[in-house]
Amino acid sequence: MRYTPHTEEEIQRMLEEIGVGSVDELFRSIPKQVQQASQLELPHPLSEMEAIELAESLARSNYDPDSMVSFLGGGAYDHYIPAAVDHLISRSEFYTCYTPYQAEVSQGTLQAIYEYQSLITRLTGMDIANASGYDGASVTADAALMACAVKRGRSVILVSEALNPAYRKVVETCNSGGGKEVKTVPAGSGATDTAALGKLLDEKVACVIVQNPNFFGVVENTAELCRLAQEAGALAAVSGDPVALGLVISPGEAGADIAVGEGQSLGVPTSYGGPYLGYFACRGEYKRQLPGRLVGVTEDNQGREGYVLTLQTREQHIRREKATSNICTNQSLLALSATIYMSLLGKEGIRHVAELCLQKAHYLAGRIAGLAGWKLAWPDQPFFKEFVVESPGPVSEIIDSLLDKGILAGIDLGKIEKRHQGRMLVAVTERRTRQQMDRFVEALAGL
Amino acid sequence: MEIPKGFRYTKEHEWVLVEDDLATVGITDYAQSELGDVVFVELPEIGDEVEAAESFGTIEAVKTVSELFSPLTGTVVEVNELLADSPDLVNTDPYGKGWMIKVKYTEIPEEDLLSAAEYREMIS
Repeated sequence: MRYTPHTEEEIQRMLEEIGVGSVDELFRSIPKQVQQASQLELPHPLSEMEAIELAESLARSNYDPDSMVSFLGGGAYDHYIPAAVDHLISRSEFYTCYTPYQAEVSQGTLQAIYEYQSLITRLTGMDIANASGYDGASVTADAALMACAVKRGRSVILVSEALNPAYRKVVETCNSGGGKEVKTVPAGSGATDTAALGKLLDEKVACVIVQNPNFFGVVENTAELCRLAQEAGALAAVSGDPVALGLVISPGEAGADIAVGEGQSLGVPTSYGGPYLGYFACRGEYKRQLPGRLVGVTEDNQGREGYVLTLQTREQHIRREKATSNICTNQSLLALSATIYMSLLGKEGIRHVAELCLQKAHYLAGRIAGLAGWKLAWPDQPFFKEFVVESPGPVSEIIDSLLDKGILAGIDLGKIEKRHQGRMLVAVTERRTRQQMDRFVEALAGL
Repeated sequence: MEIPKGFRYTKEHEWVLVEDDLATVGITDYAQSELGDVVFVELPEIGDEVEAAESFGTIEAVKTVSELFSPLTGTVVEVNELLADSPDLVNTDPYGKGWMIKVKYTEIPEEDLLSAAEYREMIS
């Protein structure tokens, strides 16, 4: 973004024009005791050459993911992004516009968002989807906010222990205050404990949030979990990886009320943690409590089809404190990436990607479990593209050794929760070749 | 601007018509004309309690959402189901088919309600 500061001359002219003696006078309504008397203590300005050298030296402390083989998962995955995605989103009409929601000038973008929404409803099996949210974590928090708005009077949010722990933190933060309580449903066996869920359900519970495949990669029995939640009068929200929907039962098929998740797997780079893309879909009956932006199709006064933002009275800029959520924006560019990706691959393509992930993950899991001292944490649980293994030695040391060999081995779960000491989360996408996986196994065997 | 006699009015532009122990509530002709096309009305359920001067629901026009304030205290015994599919009744017939809730009231704060003449004075 360009920054053109005022010159002293320009400042003087402006002050004269408005009849004010100094810039300080404009701030005189601010109490003296909170005004900063001195100048900010900034270091000496750098030259362009020095500034670039500083930025580059900082960047060099990161590993370049393109030169590493990644088995990292836990919410962001190294999937292949077709060249067409970048080529199309780089068009300046898409790339440079900011919050392009005006019907008068943004028909192309609005149509793209409408297509995105339509594709997400197909993928998740739900009736309606919004224009996207920030990321998987914030849309999961929005699901809880929406459930509490729909189920007025209910204030408990049940979250599976197998939901991404970062998502749980965001759910807690966004739902703190207002008398709401977030409780955890245990998942000691790698999957959400249905008996424990049954015990926690009562007339105070507004929603149950589960993830499928869950944080540990395990495929959950979402139909059963949704049924239990709804029998108790709560809403069922299923959070999940969209590529998995090529194979696992969709939230709609499972009977969920809300489907949310991280759209990064759909043509968005891992980018050291973001920007990402949250998808949010739900049953039609909740359309007035759906958070975020919504694009609709309509006719203008000459009968021509056109796209507009719709049901805006849901949103905070109109409904203010009574709105379900404070989100009145979307991740337009990344939603476009996801739309291009989904269009290119289609139903068959996504299913194919999912099958490759499943097969490769199971191949690698089998080979690692075959190494002395290694085993799967929950060998009886069905998994999709991620799995948890228990290591013979400290996980962090193993990860460090493999870093030297150019392999990002996995996530040390012990760093997230003490209970998972000695466990590593390994993800395998369609990009991983047999040679890469075999090299990974050899490296582990050689430790 | 229609302001029927025999109805009472609130400063928030609701009207109330009392017949025996039942009171019918809606919004005035002035209110609907200020709002513009009504697209959605959010009403309470039968059995819900309403309190004088407290919000009992919301009304949505294309670019705005307003609260609906109850003129009196009591229990909701009937809700206008027609508004779900035809919210425009509030615009076309605000004192008739556009009624919103019927309340079995326990308290009417007379001193806060305006007569037709007082309401006409207020909006002019």
